[in-house]
Amino acid sequence: MAATTFKAIYDDDDVLMNAVKKIRSEKYHIEEVYTPFPVHGLDKAMGLPYTRIAITSFMYGCLGLTVAIVMMNYIMIADWPQDIGGKPSFSYLENMPAFVPIMFEMTVFFAAHLMVITFYLRSRMWPFKKAENPDVRTTDDKFLVEVEVGKDEEALKSLLLETGAIEVHVPKKN
Amino acid sequence: MYTFSNRLKIGSFIAMAIGLICLASGFLSAPSTVEEAKAMVASAHGDGHGGGHGEEAAGHHEASSDHGEAAAHGEDHGASHDEHLLHQLQNRPWAALYVAAFFFFMIALGVLAFYAVQRASQAGWSPLLFRVMEGITAYMVPGGIIVFVILVLSVLHMNHMFVWMDADTVAHDELLQGKVGYLNPTFFLIRAVIFLGGWIFYREYSRKLSLAQDNADDNSNFVKNFRWSAAFLVFYLVSESMMSWDWIMSLDPHWFSTLFGWYVFASMFVSGITTIAIITIYLKSKGYLEQVNDSHIHDLAKFMFGISIFWTYLWFAQFMLIWYANIPEEVTYFVARFQDYQLPFLGMVAMNFIFPLLVLMNSDYKRVNWFVIMTGIVVLLGHYLDVFVMVMPATVGDQWHIGVPEIGGILFFGGLFTYWTFNTLTKQALQPKRNPFLEESRQFHY
Repeated sequence: MAATTFKAIYDDDDVLMNAVKKIRSEKYHIEEVYTPFPVHGLDKAMGLPYTRIAITSFMYGCLGLTVAIVMMNYIMIADWPQDIGGKPSFSYLENMPAFVPIMFEMTVFFAAHLMVITFYLRSRMWPFKKAENPDVRTTDDKFLVEVEVGKDEEALKSLLLETGAIEVHVPKKN
Repeated sequence: MYTFSNRLKIGSFIAMAIGLICLASGFLSAPSTVEEAKAMVASAHGDGHGGGHGEEAAGHHEASSDHGEAAAHGEDHGASHDEHLLHQLQNRPWAALYVAAFFFFMIALGVLAFYAVQRASQAGWSPLLFRVMEGITAYMVPGGIIVFVILVLSVLHMNHMFVWMDADTVAHDELLQGKVGYLNPTFFLIRAVIFLGGWIFYREYSRKLSLAQDNADDNSNFVKNFRWSAAFLVFYLVSESMMSWDWIMSLDPHWFSTLFGWYVFASMFVSGITTIAIITIYLKSKGYLEQVNDSHIHDLAKFMFGISIFWTYLWFAQFMLIWYANIPEEVTYFVARFQDYQLPFLGMVAMNFIFPLLVLMNSDYKRVNWFVIMTGIVVLLGHYLDVFVMVMPATVGDQWHIGVPEIGGILFFGGLFTYWTFNTLTKQALQPKRNPFLEESRQFHY
């Protein structure tokens, strides 16, 4: 059973930042914040754990480097050795300087693309996925904070209004 | 206000004194006749020095044939080789002096460029570090004068570092005759005066405006500084490139590389930024610069990381094109380095690229101060080696060591650099007062 949440709407990122800090200091749990643009420092204010995307980026980079080395070794040394510029392709190491640009590009290519794909999948976004947006105005100029409702609904509602929310949406009771 | 700690002051004086003694002993022990030179190399054979220093003479004569002496004394090859050896050994203390003098001057110049970039881009994060940068660039004056004096002494034939200054060599060398319109001693010194004059003028004027801004009522000094910095960057990018042709590339007067100026620039930029980081961390550890936080160090470390990779990019781009084309007049430059300088030439790539790449890649490590210091020391040593490998093959050939005169040069100029920088830091408050971006810099966080 999903926890019921209040949806508070703000219209300024500074107000939002202070509100998030206030809500957390009152020991409420913030489910998610929707913003029309990245708000600097919001991740820290929300207490989100550190991202691990950098580690995946490093691993993908290593993978790309390996792929480039194996690929160039197969193409230029093993499968079809040629004599280019008086440098016969019989040894990978001796011809290595010519392969460095490819090694570099493949490292960047793998790191960048796979990192983006990883980020999409981790964020549960894939082609033809329907947007999970509680309020379309967050794609324009409004900020929305989802707060998990505790025992005292009225206290939370007044807290949210106190922090500068312009609207607070209370879910309908079934 | 910063007070120069006695330990550091005495340390810099001791370094200067020891360095001076080492340099002097290097000059005194240089051979003055061909016989002495041969005897020195023969004894070096017996001692079994490592590396490829004492190899058979004939093999590497080609590598340094752009000295033109082979052509000059075509008949008597053996005697010309001996004289060449004498010149190489006589050059060694001069080259050791020149490498160290240029290296520390280059740090100050790199910092000046970085400072001008901060000014011209009106960066918000860096104003807290401006006094530190101005302290380092103060070394431009003594450092620039010393480099200039060494160049004048070279023109006066006190040494054989720049072979194109020797009229007899030029007379037997058609390629050098073709370059005489640009590469002649008079124009060479005029250019050096223009470069040094322009850089030192900007440094002094910008410092004056920077201090005036502290007591001003409006931002007019700040705006003026911004304009001068933008103009300086235009002048600097042209003059720095020409300086690198004049002062370094012309040591190998037959050889040329179109990106050499950028390559030297990358080296001085990363050395300068590293020095800013090291001095800032040192001052913080002594309780000064309270407002400078980890994010400032983080940003400097990001620059160290990025420019290290930029340096490697240029180092490799220069190498790869020449390696691929394999044209004899171009490739001699790298043949000399691979034959006689393999350890420093490839070692500096490990120090300047692989080490900072792996150590500074992680975002958190860029905020760990002792990590930045440790990487910084390796990077600075690596870029000393970079200058060493740029200068030495053309001046001393295979007769290189990192011995008494080289270490003496580092100690002397390191001591002078430290003394001059920290002495300038004591002159003014370490934090600017009225820079319009001061508050942004204070609040800066990553």
